[in-house]
Amino acid sequence: MSYWTLSITLIFVALPLLLSKTLNLGLERDTMVATIRSIIQLLAVGYILKFVFDSESLMYIFLMVTLMIVAATHNAQKKGAAIRGIVWKVAATLVFVEVLTQSVLLGFGITPPTAQYIISISGMVIGNSMVLSILFLNRFTAEVEAHQDETELVLSLGGTPKQAIHTQLMHSIKASMIPTIESQKTVGLVQLPGMMSGQIIAGADPIQAVQFQLLIMFLLLTTAAVTSIMLGFLSYPTLFNQRMQLLKN
Amino acid sequence: MSIDYKPAVHFNHVSYTIGENQILRSITGSFPEGRITTLVGPSGAGKTTLLKLCNGLLSPTMGELYVQGQLIESYEPTELRRLVGIALQSAPMISGTVYDNLALPMVLQSKKFSKEAGRRLLRDVGLEEEFLQRKINDLSGGQRQKVSIARTLVNQPNILLLDEITSSLDRTSQKEIEELIVAINRKYGTTIIWITHNLQQALEIGYFTWVMMDGEVVETGRSELLKSPATDKARNFIKGGAV
Repeated sequence: MSYWTLSITLIFVALPLLLSKTLNLGLERDTMVATIRSIIQLLAVGYILKFVFDSESLMYIFLMVTLMIVAATHNAQKKGAAIRGIVWKVAATLVFVEVLTQSVLLGFGITPPTAQYIISISGMVIGNSMVLSILFLNRFTAEVEAHQDETELVLSLGGTPKQAIHTQLMHSIKASMIPTIESQKTVGLVQLPGMMSGQIIAGADPIQAVQFQLLIMFLLLTTAAVTSIMLGFLSYPTLFNQRMQLLKN
Repeated sequence: MSIDYKPAVHFNHVSYTIGENQILRSITGSFPEGRITTLVGPSGAGKTTLLKLCNGLLSPTMGELYVQGQLIESYEPTELRRLVGIALQSAPMISGTVYDNLALPMVLQSKKFSKEAGRRLLRDVGLEEEFLQRKINDLSGGQRQKVSIARTLVNQPNILLLDEITSSLDRTSQKEIEELIVAINRKYGTTIIWITHNLQQALEIGYFTWVMMDGEVVETGRSELLKSPATDKARNFIKGGAV
């Protein structure tokens, strides 16, 4: 696609801008900022990826993945500001998910150890893990706040912090995983996944594209489960002190 | 306060502070074993905080607190909370049936709780046996409060802390709960520490009374003190409550 053709697609930006202005939605500024940011960020990433792919240097691959984890951690930790040490908890979760998934993919020779595969798949895994972290932290913070009485009830009857927070923790883990599972139920029926569509548009064999998409979907299931559960079990102890008392903000 | 009884709980210059806010100021005194002591005072006096210190849901920021002669820190938190039970005004419940709630203290210890034990407890607190399978959401305020007390009794606590458990109930339910608490005290010799806004209730049920204001204990003694308090602060508060 040429830059001229790409610029014509700005019609799809102009349309919502026009609608927002007409209906007084007040979204013009945000839409403009989002558009400009996405153009700059994606073009920058495109050039960086081209450089890294051409160089085939392990150090650059490592740097790219680290950068992704740092950016994802920075974004996700904001939702868990009430939880002590949330930054390293999110970072540890993202690193673990990345190491786990890449170990299986590279260890079994499912994907080749090239920058093209490692960085692309890492982006999907870390991005998904970040969204899961945000969903989990949002829900968990709300559950803890709304059910302080029940938590204190279990503690007052001689329960441990783990017993006291168990219901809220399980609800939050489940709630954060549901969107991933639900979207996979309707995949292919309601929507064609972006990556698969992209490959097909780029001329790949549809069966090959489907195979890769299945790989990514299975990967994202693990990502969802491991992210929510690991972050949950790392987070809940910080809500209590050594005397098994609920710390209130 | 000079007490000739063994203290179940003893405070030695206990303070509790959150940030800059001092909730309790150098509290010293005892709750006698096997007796009903009532805590009275205006809202914000620090009464609930004081109760939560007794069963370790909070810890003093200064001073020493003794439970049955032992420093509170020497107890394992779970052991302490089984020894010192607490029933709250809101009577929080887990979702499910009355049985699920009564079984909770045993479930937390991975022990079994028989239906028969549940029925016996319900009889003890004056509820019909058929309540065992009732949904928690179908209970009235008074019934909920009785289930909350029964659930606290499952751990067979030596000390029972009650936080305004009758304040939102009608007069009949209030009377039933009062009789129930007196019966528990007599039957098991349980030490009762009861926060109440009802000064008449404190006078009738309580053997001892602590009057608290602004995080301090302004007067303690036999409950008759409520009729003729010695300090101006207690007198002004009690005058407002019209004993």
